Amino acid sequence: MAIIVDENTKLIVQGITGKEGRFHTKLMLDYGTKIVAGVTPGKGGTDVFGIPVYDSVEEAKNAHPEANTSIIFVPARFAADAVYEAIDAGIKTIVVITEHIPVHDAMKFVNYGKSKGVTIIGPNCPGVITPGKAKVGIMPGHIFTPGHVGIVSRSGTLTYEIAYAMTKAGIGQSTAVGIGGDPVIGTSFIEALQMFEEDPETEAIVMVGEIGGDMEERAAKMIEEGKITKPAVAFIAGRTAPPGKRMGHAGAIIMMGTGTAEGKIKALESVGVKVAKTPMEIPDLLKQVLKK
Amino acid sequence: MKLFEFEAKEILKKHGVKVPRSVLLEKGEKNPLEKIKAAGLEPPIVVKSQVLVAGRGKAGGIKIAKTWEEAEKLIAELFEKPIKGLKPRYLLIEEAIPHEKELYASIIIDRSERKPVILASQFGGMDIEQIAKEKPESIVRMYVDPFLGLKAYQARKIGKMIGLKGKILNSFASFLIGLYDVFMEYDADLAESNPLAVTEDGVIPLDARLIIDDNSIYKHPDISERNLEDTGEYTEWEIKARKMGLAFVELDGDIGIIGNGAGLTMTTMDLVYLYGGKPANFLDIGGGASKELVKTAVKFLIDLPRTKKIFMNIFGGITRCDEVARGIVAALEELGGSPKPLVIRLSGTNEEEGRKILQENGIDAYTDPIEAVQKVVSL
Repeated sequence: MAIIVDENTKLIVQGITGKEGRFHTKLMLDYGTKIVAGVTPGKGGTDVFGIPVYDSVEEAKNAHPEANTSIIFVPARFAADAVYEAIDAGIKTIVVITEHIPVHDAMKFVNYGKSKGVTIIGPNCPGVITPGKAKVGIMPGHIFTPGHVGIVSRSGTLTYEIAYAMTKAGIGQSTAVGIGGDPVIGTSFIEALQMFEEDPETEAIVMVGEIGGDMEERAAKMIEEGKITKPAVAFIAGRTAPPGKRMGHAGAIIMMGTGTAEGKIKALESVGVKVAKTPMEIPDLLKQVLKK
Repeated sequence: MKLFEFEAKEILKKHGVKVPRSVLLEKGEKNPLEKIKAAGLEPPIVVKSQVLVAGRGKAGGIKIAKTWEEAEKLIAELFEKPIKGLKPRYLLIEEAIPHEKELYASIIIDRSERKPVILASQFGGMDIEQIAKEKPESIVRMYVDPFLGLKAYQARKIGKMIGLKGKILNSFASFLIGLYDVFMEYDADLAESNPLAVTEDGVIPLDARLIIDDNSIYKHPDISERNLEDTGEYTEWEIKARKMGLAFVELDGDIGIIGNGAGLTMTTMDLVYLYGGKPANFLDIGGGASKELVKTAVKFLIDLPRTKKIFMNIFGGITRCDEVARGIVAALEELGGSPKPLVIRLSGTNEEEGRKILQENGIDAYTDPIEAVQKVVSL
């Protein structure tokens, strides 16, 4: 089981011949991810580390009907087109790594994807890893270890820090999902939480949030309504971030007084979620909730 | 990117929205009154400072001239008057619009619904934060399907919800559709009119704001790039950093912060605060940083006057600790040692090599971020 990606993932890499695409294709192959094809318009007929490259997702899908997932490393200006192409070719899970995609473009392809029943992760995300089974993303695989705690996170490096602390403490992960740092993303906190709730291999959930938007507050509401019954712990970054400034991520901005770390922490604590003061506390909090 | 009021109104006009008659004066204009007359305007006229900050009216950047003498005096005065620290290069001169009532209307993207949302209120003229505080029940909202667009009946429905009727209702609906078209065509983060005046003939925007998504500027060659100095959004050092390609935000403390990844960098600031220090900044070197970028970042924070000490918190994922270490060593070599204490935490990919490179140059690095943060705060 696990969520989004697993041993049955058959991956297409869009933008496989670019610098990033090539580099991470190698790392994903080394991790054991089953990559069946790559796509770069105009480079059809070549190969990258033995993976055949096609001009379009449709051709890749025709040659490899088992392909069910795509990861996108295409530059921002062309990324939206790449997402539509994957959706129209019948790919059901699309992970968009690309940063700096215009928000309107993301809003449109996310709505289109939803209408076709497609799961989109990102944009501007590190991807998804199900330790020991598949890595569809740019995270360093060696810091993760198989287990039963799901991680949903808006941040890349912070996720690695927390996953590494968990791994060292002997707590493995079912799946870690980096949902992305942009204002509009395909899979939100609450949607990822719902997936973990339904996943029999996940026993507890770590939520890694940050300033901006109200996804964490919505997650708190879901927990209050009893829709999430598995124990959850959280860390929220940006207690010292000033209002009105974008903190690296396009979506990390306190606007009109909403989206503060305090507000999110309060909302989560009020429904019984333990919120760590430092990322290093997460393993201890997990041990407490897993004991019960 | 924020547009000036005159740019936003020009765009609205092109999309069929009626805006006040106006003329634009650039600093140094020899015969401003002649230019205004030639445009067919006469007092009473409104003189508006074109600066990219909200709350211009309250700050004294918008004045009404009832006579030509007054106009001449106000024009000279406003060109020299800084509004929240910014002096205007342009003044917009507009006909004064007699009106009975002021409305609020804006469009943004709702992050949770992932759709455009129209916000409107019958209480315009004050900022939306204030409306939300004082008259929250007056704010109506409607989501729009981005593929279908805003339908006329929806626009009329919003008008009804804020108490409009008759001719005004239809005029408001046309205005809203124009505003929506501009919002979508220009990849806007915000399209807003506040106040939107209600006159005998219909509605007309007294002010218009348009903020374009920075990531979509390439699609809009008709919009000229802003001088960072004119935006009022950045401090002197933030402008320097942007020009050097650094993701940097200045704060008011004295401990310089470098992290890799936005979330980890913010967390580093939070840790410093939690252990009793005050962060001076946010500086994210991102994923896979090169030796050059690390060197630039370290030197930049040493130069930044407000820093007394510097804390570097690196968790190597894609970023390699050895590369980071080489960047630190290169920065210190160029500077002949650091005049400010530097505390480093290195963990993750190629940690051992990184630590070795630092040690060979007499620099210690921590593995545990908590120990490192305690150290930097205690210095």
